[in-house]
Amino acid sequence: MKAAAFDYAKPKMLSAAIALLAEAGEDARLIAGGQTLLATLNLRLSEPSILIDITNLDELKGISVIGNQLRIGALVTHTEIEDSKLIAQHAPLLKAAVPHIAHRAIRNLGTWGGSLAYGDPAAEWPACSLALNATMLIAGPNGERRISAQDFFIDLYTTSLEPNEILVATEMPIASSDQVFYFHELARRHGDYAVAGLALVANKAGNVLSECTFTFFSVGATPVMATKAQALVEGKSLNDDLIASAVAAARGEIEAIADITNSAETKQHLIGVLLERGLKHLIA
Amino acid sequence: MSLKKKITLTVNGSVVNAEIEPRRHLVDFLREDLHLKGPHLGCEQGACGACTVKVNGQIIRGCLYLAVQADGCVVETIEGLTKIGALGDLQEAFMRHNAMQCGFCSSGMLLAAAELIEKQPNATREEVREWISGNYCRCTGYHSIVDAIMAVLEARAKGEKIKPVVALA
Ligand SMILES: Cc1cc2nc3c(=O)[nH]c(=O)nc-3n(C[C@H](O)[C@H](O)[C@H](O)COP(=O)(O)OP(=O)(O)OC[C@H]3O[C@@H](n4cnc5c(N)ncnc54)[C@H](O)[C@@H]3O)c2cc1C
Ligand code: FES
Ligand code: FES
Repeated sequence: MKAAAFDYAKPKMLSAAIALLAEAGEDARLIAGGQTLLATLNLRLSEPSILIDITNLDELKGISVIGNQLRIGALVTHTEIEDSKLIAQHAPLLKAAVPHIAHRAIRNLGTWGGSLAYGDPAAEWPACSLALNATMLIAGPNGERRISAQDFFIDLYTTSLEPNEILVATEMPIASSDQVFYFHELARRHGDYAVAGLALVANKAGNVLSECTFTFFSVGATPVMATKAQALVEGKSLNDDLIASAVAAARGEIEAIADITNSAETKQHLIGVLLERGLKHLIA
Repeated sequence: MSLKKKITLTVNGSVVNAEIEPRRHLVDFLREDLHLKGPHLGCEQGACGACTVKVNGQIIRGCLYLAVQADGCVVETIEGLTKIGALGDLQEAFMRHNAMQCGFCSSGMLLAAAELIEKQPNATREEVREWISGNYCRCTGYHSIVDAIMAVLEARAKGEKIKPVVALA
């Protein structure tokens, strides 16, 4: 199908983009990579009056390390993350996750910020940003504000972004030398959205894990952390018994939601499968 | 609503000026306005890959990209890339391995395969399958397509060229 008619603007400055957004009101849509938006326009699921193309905004570009923080601009594409040495060194979880996002032609255009702003619970980046304790930098008519990934994802396709705001970048602590991670998703075909997935990050000394985050995606309305399971293993030596208790805790605390092909029970089961594999991988 | 925008872009080496509606996606512009019928349209949802073209040196889904976004860009299609010989050995390998039946997916397959060969010259058969799984072939010729791509990867690794099936006079 073809999109309905709309106007198009490509501002060169962040301030101009925010002003345009305020002027156009609810009917305007930002376009970054367009890899989600254009599919919905082609289906006429949404009919905005104007697209504001943000790809000229320099403030939203680039990957850099500032002190012990890794800054990823909202416009950084999935491919740039895939190919970046800074990412491989300072956020290896993202490097491991990126090949699971669609296929190369889509990764060449789709962006980090577009994925976070869209807030698809089945997507890899919202879960990874939560697992890595990212902070979102957001610009709006009243200046810039910062919000943690924990508070950013509110509900299905719903974030704390206001309609007149733009996600500029994220910042996250760079990986320390004792940080370990595990990323795995169960999908029907490589490149498809996950049936269930896990992004696990922890510090490891011998078999003892600390500062654990077990973030599951594609199981609920947002990415979710298994906080009870995290607390169980925190500071203790990992062994089969502890892993079994953590798996039971994660299955108990996360309420999975069914999708069109998988029941809630299946997803509940897969939460445990993923965590067991992840923790066993870390002590292997 | 008719809100036409003026764009200037380079398509297969030639500068093109046009005035288009913002809602027109790149493949409709290439096919309908420039009569380049190589890029095909299947799903218009990003799923099938029939519309694959190159913008600024990278493969993209032409159905998920607006012509107005291509203002100032370099666009390459199967027509241009064939003419300059960029896909020569892949096209030879596709012929040798019978890696096309109706040919609907072929322009997209070739462009996707070319980017794989460029980015992952040491790709394994498994990696080739994964990469190419983003392009649907309704004639289900995946096996021979993977064979053809592997043949080019192996030939390149040995510094060899794929010899033409049909000798050109
Ligand atoms: C066939 C197919 C398969 C896919 N598979 C996967 C997958 O497996 N995993 C996955 O994670 N994704 C997948 N995607 C989605 C893809 O990764 C998108 O690129 C991504 O989710 C959205 O990024 P974008 O830059 O394309 O955003 P756009 O489509 O440009 O925008 C998406 C939404 O976010 C808003 N937005 C964009 N940028 C900003 C910003 N900086 N500030 C505020 N709002 C903003 C837009 O207004 C829009 O509402 C797939 C897409 C396709 C077509
Ligand atoms: S027509 Fe573009 S991906 Fe199918
Ligand atoms: S050869 Fe017919 S679709 Fe691939």
